[in-house]
Amino acid sequence: MTTNVDAIVIGGGIHGCSTTLHLCLAGLKPVLIEKDYAGRHASGVNAGGVRQLARHIPEIPLSIRSMSIWEKISDLLDDDCSFESHGQVLVAENEDELAVCRARVAELNALGFTHEELIDATELRRLVPAVADTCPGGVVSRRDGAANPAQTTTAFRRKAEQLGATVREGMAAGNIRYGDGLWLVDVGSDTYAAPVLVNAAGAWAGKIAAALGEPVPVETVAPMLMITSRVPHFIDPVVILRGRKLSFKQFKNGTVLIGGGHLATPYQDRNETVLDWKSLAISARTVFELFPIMRGATIVRAWAGIEAKMKDDIPVFGPSSRHKGLYHQFGFSLHGFQLGPGAGAVMAELIVNGGTQTRISDLGIDRFYPATS
Amino acid sequence: MTVAPKREDYDVVVIGAGPAGLAAAATSAEAGLSTLLLDENVGPGGQVFRAISSTPVTERNLLGADYWGGADLVKSLGASGAEVIHRATVWSLDRNLDLAVSIGGASAFVKAKRVILATGALERPFPIPGWTLPGVMTAGAAQTMLKSSALVPDGRTVIAGQGPLLWLLAAQILRLGGRIDRILDTTERGNYFAALPHAFAFLTSPYFAKGLSMMREVKAKVQVVSGVTELAASGDGQLASVSYVGGGKRETIPADLLLLHQGVVPNVNLAMSAGVEHRWDDLQLCWSPVLDASGNSSVPGIAIAGDGAGIGGANAAVVRGRIAARAAVESLAPAVAARLPAMATLRADLAKAERGRVFLDTLFRPAPQFRIPSGDTIVCRCEEVTAKDVLDSVAIGATGPNQLKAYRRTGMGPCQGRLCGLTVTELMAQARAKTPQEIGYYRLRAPVKPITLAELASVPKSEADVKAVVRG
Repeated sequence: MTTNVDAIVIGGGIHGCSTTLHLCLAGLKPVLIEKDYAGRHASGVNAGGVRQLARHIPEIPLSIRSMSIWEKISDLLDDDCSFESHGQVLVAENEDELAVCRARVAELNALGFTHEELIDATELRRLVPAVADTCPGGVVSRRDGAANPAQTTTAFRRKAEQLGATVREGMAAGNIRYGDGLWLVDVGSDTYAAPVLVNAAGAWAGKIAAALGEPVPVETVAPMLMITSRVPHFIDPVVILRGRKLSFKQFKNGTVLIGGGHLATPYQDRNETVLDWKSLAISARTVFELFPIMRGATIVRAWAGIEAKMKDDIPVFGPSSRHKGLYHQFGFSLHGFQLGPGAGAVMAELIVNGGTQTRISDLGIDRFYPATS
Repeated sequence: MTVAPKREDYDVVVIGAGPAGLAAAATSAEAGLSTLLLDENVGPGGQVFRAISSTPVTERNLLGADYWGGADLVKSLGASGAEVIHRATVWSLDRNLDLAVSIGGASAFVKAKRVILATGALERPFPIPGWTLPGVMTAGAAQTMLKSSALVPDGRTVIAGQGPLLWLLAAQILRLGGRIDRILDTTERGNYFAALPHAFAFLTSPYFAKGLSMMREVKAKVQVVSGVTELAASGDGQLASVSYVGGGKRETIPADLLLLHQGVVPNVNLAMSAGVEHRWDDLQLCWSPVLDASGNSSVPGIAIAGDGAGIGGANAAVVRGRIAARAAVESLAPAVAARLPAMATLRADLAKAERGRVFLDTLFRPAPQFRIPSGDTIVCRCEEVTAKDVLDSVAIGATGPNQLKAYRRTGMGPCQGRLCGLTVTELMAQARAKTPQEIGYYRLRAPVKPITLAELASVPKSEADVKAVVRG
């Protein structure tokens, strides 16, 4: 049976769910197709960082747009998503790193962005009392914070469904084709037809793009995270390092999340990852050195979510360079969670209005096809 | 003294030194394969032969003749040449057969050509009102103290539940001079009829005579209430009384200690974290690994033996251990395999050891009200989540145990779902009118048992790190 809808969104990560919700808010009736369940992969199991700090310049406008939605996330979703804003701090471990921070903040200021502030050792110690004495300063983005990723992604899905979206979980989108001005996608024995198709399939999106004639340089990765048992409260902001791979966040319940981008081996077809404990040991050593208070903490679990990483670390976001009605929203390269709310809003604007005020021109898929753009 | 594994690579790594692991490691090492047996306890035996080499209970009939059978297994292992490390907690195993093991506060990594998991069973959760009160413990925990330290209860003691181990424990407590005030038998009356068609096999099994005499021995000394349909523990910060309904009559009795037991289930955590496929077993009401006739799992190179492969008891565990080890020998040293007992012989032994199991499983199938709690009864003790909390989360969109984590953190505490996993699956299945198989289980990840950050930070550095330091 073929069902006509206004838009078909493939992928139930935070991006697909957010776009689906924003299409509903614009009065459209979309269908969301998710092969597992919403938030099953990276969107549900990432570090939950809500971070404007240390972003690639081309995606800063989208990140700022997103931040304004995060700050009112309860109004949008009727769910606080456990979002907390205690800032994010990038720590320089030595003077050379601090010099890089200084140059970065100056560069952003010159471009008109003011969310990143250079801080000295005194302010660093005020924000992060537990950090090792040897660190000379860093950068803070004060409005940043963190949220619960699975709760957030689920909240987007639930709200979209309440506003009239059809959510199909547990079966993959198949046989994607275009004809007579409509995109047709099969879900089991059902077919959905719509003038608009959004490819937000995360680690699976590259294959979809390639099958539609738009191959891009993308790989599947699985960044690892680990979490400790509860330790006494000692830190509010999220901390990332300038020089080494580490991100660090203590939750309200006392547990501490340790990440930073060391990679597991993904087995995408099986929805599985195999952890690399020798790399996690490097993270553990970094924490051991920087936060003596953590030395007796216990690691209770480690995991990794499967996602897409672009060769240039910048997402593919915007209309297809080849097909009418096709939009791409993937390849967020380990930093897509914060962008989800804003990207959904902007994508809905692109689809409904044909344009947006948010600057996204450096993110298009056409950057890989200079001859045809 | 801390003993790290002698090598980085082994032909066979066996995990767990209960009956299955002891038999598997001995068979594998005797056949000349480099064999490492890793076990969490201070000595061999697992739970059924706990403290077999060290128990202070030396009068043999107190623990029963079966217990002392464990000594022969330990002796064979000693003669086999297998490397054995106790107090060794395997905290990670993956599909590449890479293992991480913590020994005396230091972790080491080893790689195996074959892994035989013999991690045994856990007691099924028994989530009644008040089950988390101090003074309420599992029968298995009581038995551990009894075997390793000859400790028995001396306060007002109630034992509640069902199953062969409950009667065994009661008999052992009484023989050691412990006190039991009352036994509350929760076996459903209907189970006796359901089990009847399987009774013949049971009557001809060795369990029958032993079980019957043990029950007679206990019933001669303790008041037993059968047909208990409701059960609750209460007290202010400490167990004070146990209430129950038995034979339609409600009664409350004072108690200092309540021992709960309603059977054992496979300990699946390490196997699941390695990616081994499991299925819901509708008879035993638990997850069991999908295995072939040699105990091989869905992950190439990982076999499972003993109660971790599905509850079969100690005798079956020994044979399953031998079968899994023989399969390992067939694959790694085929020439030697010919000298071992034939697979057909072992499988015949297994069928004999498993005789009567269906009868026991059917008779002692726990009743729904003792598996699927309601209202304020705690489901997840790590995060203090109640049955109502779980149902509320289902109502706002939690579809399975993994989604529930996002709402309630169930299964994310230190126990990694060992104490709540089955309850959560069955509770959500009931609430959503699905089968437990459809609802699924927590995705389990390493570390399967917690390790300290300091221990992880001090693992030997990889070659790449060392090179980076040299270059830098």
